[in-house]
Amino acid sequence: MSETIYNGRAFKFGDDISTDHIAPGRLFHLRTNLPELAKHVLEDADPEFAKKVQKGDFVVGGNNFGLGSSREHAPTIIKMAGVSAVLAKSFARIFYRNAINVGLPVLICDTDQIDEGDRLEVDLAGGVIRDVTKGIELTFSPLPDAMITILNDGGLVAHIEKNKGFKFD
Amino acid sequence: MAQKPQTLAEKIISGRAGKEVYAGDITLVDVDVTAVQDGTGPLAVQQLEKMNLVQAANPDRTVLFIDHAAPSPQKDLSNAHVILRTFSKKTGAHLSEAGEGVCHQRLVETYVNPGDILIGADSHTCTSGALGAFSTGMGSTDVAVGIALGKTWFRVPETFLVNVTGEFKKGVYAKDLILHLIGLIGADGATYKALEFRGETVEKMTMSQRFTLANMAVEAGAKAGLFETDATTKAYLEERGRGDKFKEIKADANAVYERVIDIDVSELEPTISKPHTVDNTVTVAEIAGTKIDQVFIGTCTNGRLDDLEIAAKILEGKHRHPDTRLIVVPASKEIFLQAVQKGYIETFIKAGAIIMAPGCGPCVGVHEGALADGEACLATQNRNFQGRMGNTEGFIYLGSPATAAVTAIAGVIADPREVI
Repeated sequence: MSETIYNGRAFKFGDDISTDHIAPGRLFHLRTNLPELAKHVLEDADPEFAKKVQKGDFVVGGNNFGLGSSREHAPTIIKMAGVSAVLAKSFARIFYRNAINVGLPVLICDTDQIDEGDRLEVDLAGGVIRDVTKGIELTFSPLPDAMITILNDGGLVAHIEKNKGFKFD
Repeated sequence: MAQKPQTLAEKIISGRAGKEVYAGDITLVDVDVTAVQDGTGPLAVQQLEKMNLVQAANPDRTVLFIDHAAPSPQKDLSNAHVILRTFSKKTGAHLSEAGEGVCHQRLVETYVNPGDILIGADSHTCTSGALGAFSTGMGSTDVAVGIALGKTWFRVPETFLVNVTGEFKKGVYAKDLILHLIGLIGADGATYKALEFRGETVEKMTMSQRFTLANMAVEAGAKAGLFETDATTKAYLEERGRGDKFKEIKADANAVYERVIDIDVSELEPTISKPHTVDNTVTVAEIAGTKIDQVFIGTCTNGRLDDLEIAAKILEGKHRHPDTRLIVVPASKEIFLQAVQKGYIETFIKAGAIIMAPGCGPCVGVHEGALADGEACLATQNRNFQGRMGNTEGFIYLGSPATAAVTAIAGVIADPREVI
């Protein structure tokens, strides 16, 4: 996996953050204008989030993060907001796959140990999350190989362009 | 015959992978049907343009649906619709225009056959699993690649066998069963798994009831909701001129299931999901009397002819409560026409209902029937997330068409068994 190490603050959310929280249906008309939609990212879970988030920060959820609709716009605007990875105890299936496709790392770990505002350092290749504020280390479950391939290529569009189709070894 | 016994998911995916695959395997598969809708399709088209792949591998089984914001309520969405119409003209992909119906209903009516693999950029694509097809929701880019190349990749899911026995009491339906099941296992209880619905009760169900169950598999986190094919499947296909596409699809005896869930429906009560999660279930009796401002009967979950018939029989000669709005949306044009011919639509109009064009209606919160602050809606749809119907200050309760109809008359959540 990519050798990047990400640094940023934790923005904590609860269980069952749905794609309606992330990219609400009432903003359906902005789906063809992603930069504008990104200004509303996670608005229905935290109306101030889009204003507070800075490049490199992390979204930290509980169980079943991203449940609901298949809208790929949800992980796309999280990434566009500058978020470097989403950490959660578990993810809904479609969101998880979409996130990898758009090049947004999604990491399954014990997020109960992370609090709002904690400074985190995520080493994707090393498979470790350091909570610098608390001085603890968390591990995360490895991605399936096919997803690592797609993520390393920079997402599904880049993977298909590079290989002229799917290429899993 | 496979070397090891297979679940429905393993069997159908193996058929398109060209090799025997089992739970946990990752495989490329040929895709038979691809679908996008007006919320996810424009992004799919943009991704194809980015990859320089503006093409459809199988245009006659690539379908672009205008159903979520149809007819368009504003210019941005009108422009998004044009992206789909243009792509259809360029590639020969089919276009299902505004008013023709919800994608999942149109897919089973016209496009999907047993043994097929369908990927759709809409989470309720799992509906077609009732026809013995492996159908699942994905994002725009995954489906875009499927459209252009006719291929996708799957991790073959483990399966939960849902074994349903017993006879439904009067006033209790497939919708109550699926809400009960999700309440039982949780909104993430089957994440990544396939649900396989079997048992004597399932064998007796109509296709419409099976679609209701398959449709909501994703509300337990499942990748698919699958059914074996039988005489009922065959008759459904024959009615639609696709009898030759019937194929017997059965799970093997001794296939490996991660979990078996037994449900006896003879004890089941009418069930409601309370705000704001689908697994927040109670029996109708527990919340009867809750004030409801809007009732919505329709959607890919419960907008079919039998659903409208159940509601019409209850509403016949009655009128909605003066403080409760009633919205009815047939799931497709075919259903709409049949409902007109059978007099259900006249019944609804006389009962004070608003009838709207076949499509998703108020379910997605894009248009038609957004809730006011503090208002409560009882809907036959599949999802009650906060903000779903256009307002985070709204409250959505999910129930069967019968529960919806009696609630519209009473103005408060009511028990359908009182009138059935």
